[in-house]
Amino acid sequence: MEITVPAIIENVEKVTAFVNAELEKINCPAKAKAEIDIAIDELFSNIANYAYNPEIGKATVKFEVQKNPMAVIITFMDNGKPYDPLKREDPNVTLSVTERQIGGLGIFMVKKSMDSVEYEYKDNHNILRIKKHI
Amino acid sequence: MTINVNKEGEKLTIIPEGRIDTVTAPEFSKAIDDNIEGVKDLVIDFEKLEYISSAGLRVLLTTQKTMSKVGSMKLIHVSDVIMDVFNITGFVDILTIE
Repeated sequence: MEITVPAIIENVEKVTAFVNAELEKINCPAKAKAEIDIAIDELFSNIANYAYNPEIGKATVKFEVQKNPMAVIITFMDNGKPYDPLKREDPNVTLSVTERQIGGLGIFMVKKSMDSVEYEYKDNHNILRIKKHI
Repeated sequence: MTINVNKEGEKLTIIPEGRIDTVTAPEFSKAIDDNIEGVKDLVIDFEKLEYISSAGLRVLLTTQKTMSKVGSMKLIHVSDVIMDVFNITGFVDILTIE
């Protein structure tokens, strides 16, 4: 199953609703669902903010279920500027409140909460794939 | 999302309901900004919150920086899911969570 939408921030909710409907069919536990929803917000908003800016392009989100072991695989695709968010340095999460920065925290959360996160650039497309065992 | 706001003198309670994500974080931020003047005791009640993404963490950090100077801020009724987010990001060390 997949959905293709204009890569604008407002469509985060459309993509989340699409994925949640699929997660419901497989009785995904609430904690994994929340982690997946957060990952969608971080990854889709990255595409919306950076991939095509200032133009508006499209993003495709593909949902797959793997069995034995049971896992959800979600793939985000866009044909905007090549960008590998995994190359971004992890933020320092031990700084005090006054020194704290937010940059990089989103992708860091995705890396920590998913079982795998992979990026490739292929046929003019950014392809980011997350996998979560459920 | 729905945000309930309770202001009694110098005490402000903000109760967000639903999700704080890229789309709704500006609403959450505005609910705080519109009511924060003169507040010394800020309580954010997460009882009805499903989850928070980094866009929401940005708002919490900015608000914590402000409140550290003029009073106090605490988060109450934080669920396990949201506590995990605070643990992963180290926010557990910079926020007051009850």
